Amino acid sequence: MDLSILISMKFEMALTLIIFILLFLKIDGRAGNQFFFRITNLLLVLSLGLYFLPARYGQFFSGMFRTSPLLEFEKVVLLMATIIISLSSYHWLKNFNHVAEFYMMILSSLLGMFFMMSSDNLLMFYLGLELSSIPVAALCNFDLDKKISSEAAMKMILSSAFSSAILLFGVSLIYGTTGSLDYYVLSRAVVGTPLQIMAFILIFSGFAFKLSVVPFHLWTADVYEGSPVAVTAFLSVVSKGAMAFVFITTLYWVFGNLGGTWYYMLAILAVVTMIIGNLFALRQSNLKRFFAFSSIAQVGYLLIGISGFVKASLSIGSVVYFVLIYVFSNLAAFGVISVISALTGKETIEDYKGLYRSNPTLALLMALALFSLAGIPPTAGFFGKLFLLTAGSSTGAWPLIIIASLNLIISLYYYLRIVRAMFIDESSEPLAKISLSFSEMAAFLLCAGGILSIGFMKGLFEVIFNISGGL
Amino acid sequence: MEVTLNHILFLSTALFFIGVYGFLTRRNVITMLMAIELLLNSVNINFIAFNKYLYADKLDGVFFTLFLIAIAAAEAAVAIAIIINIYRNYKSIDVDDVDTLKW
Repeated sequence: MDLSILISMKFEMALTLIIFILLFLKIDGRAGNQFFFRITNLLLVLSLGLYFLPARYGQFFSGMFRTSPLLEFEKVVLLMATIIISLSSYHWLKNFNHVAEFYMMILSSLLGMFFMMSSDNLLMFYLGLELSSIPVAALCNFDLDKKISSEAAMKMILSSAFSSAILLFGVSLIYGTTGSLDYYVLSRAVVGTPLQIMAFILIFSGFAFKLSVVPFHLWTADVYEGSPVAVTAFLSVVSKGAMAFVFITTLYWVFGNLGGTWYYMLAILAVVTMIIGNLFALRQSNLKRFFAFSSIAQVGYLLIGISGFVKASLSIGSVVYFVLIYVFSNLAAFGVISVISALTGKETIEDYKGLYRSNPTLALLMALALFSLAGIPPTAGFFGKLFLLTAGSSTGAWPLIIIASLNLIISLYYYLRIVRAMFIDESSEPLAKISLSFSEMAAFLLCAGGILSIGFMKGLFEVIFNISGGL
Repeated sequence: MEVTLNHILFLSTALFFIGVYGFLTRRNVITMLMAIELLLNSVNINFIAFNKYLYADKLDGVFFTLFLIAIAAAEAAVAIAIIINIYRNYKSIDVDDVDTLKW
């Protein structure tokens, strides 16, 4: 038997192994929360090191699985994001009854995303998609005694099932017109007959649902607000990042012949998404809900990057680069929210008034994250947005770029509103001083380092753009 | 009368839109779940019909259907667990009552 296939599936193997270890430890029943927390994070950090093992690229299992340097890099980004989420939710997990289940669910979902990104076949893609979305619906319900948590889970499972049913109907029509599910065959056989375009629109809507593109975004805010903070962070960063990676591969490769069709869909949806996301973010008072709309607006910028299909490798590179930066900036913000919410239960902007007086570290980190999300120059967020807009401008669509820039200015207002609340406003009952655990400090240092340094790391940037030539 | 591919596609499309209509109009969560099963089964019929009438030399469509049935069951299992929890918290499974989160 050819064992070198195992090397190409190293991340998937490692995650499966960790899930099984957790399962057996849970059945054994003697391990406590601290132990689960430590062993999972240790194993996850070790599996990050697999990136440096010699790799074997190519297609395996007749197109069901594929690896490339770009895919390996994307997997490392998502794995790292999961580790940061897990580290920064220490205070929530410490007193939580179902830590092992939490990790099993979140890692199954990550495993599904890996298979989804690596597939070269619509069947495997669909299996990965469901493996990545069903556990997340269960995770949303993990605050078992909170009403809003179960409401969020219901909205998540119903809308995700509905959207994948729509996507599947499109897949069945594509199968009917081409007779194959393999990406390579599809990329030649999809030529733009009316039935294929209808099927494409159905598949596109399914993707838009998962990416929460306006007008398919209505589930986002409710699910984000009701779920535990760690799950919200996972949904808004890891799940969205994986979807963005798959979306761009599918559009550029499988539906490459329909470029003329989807370019206009992307352009219009990008404009609507940015504007609606920004306008609704203006009026939010709950921070999780606020970040839901902020992430919708960020997806709008992402769509502009994807729409620049003239220079494919620039587009793909800028999307991967943006997601990498988005991981650090958004997770820094969610880390702060997670710590404060776990210790005090407070989640509104009102509660954050005067945060700088009592907790200067948390306030500074939050401000850094918000600057990066708004795209202010020394932080990495600026460079991410710069490359996305450069990629988008390759088609010569200047109105699109101008609308995006105007939206960046609007977004500055609401991001700075939180900074103002933290630094300038006085509060009658400020939050108490919070002492951070070692794991949270590590996660925060990683995020802050990422936000400050990624924009200036020329080597990293060149690596990403070199590997994105090969999809 | 011979049954052609068009007849079956008409059936599956009708089933799909009945499912969409049910999902959008029903207020009981269990019924909405049943509507989603209708959607998935219309997709199953599509796959089987295309496979039998157009591409009978390979079994891609049949295999997709097998996986789809299994996944639909998994989805329903998680959904029903969530619905039980909804019932515990709200004493109702009507979506109009489950409306804490708004705007």
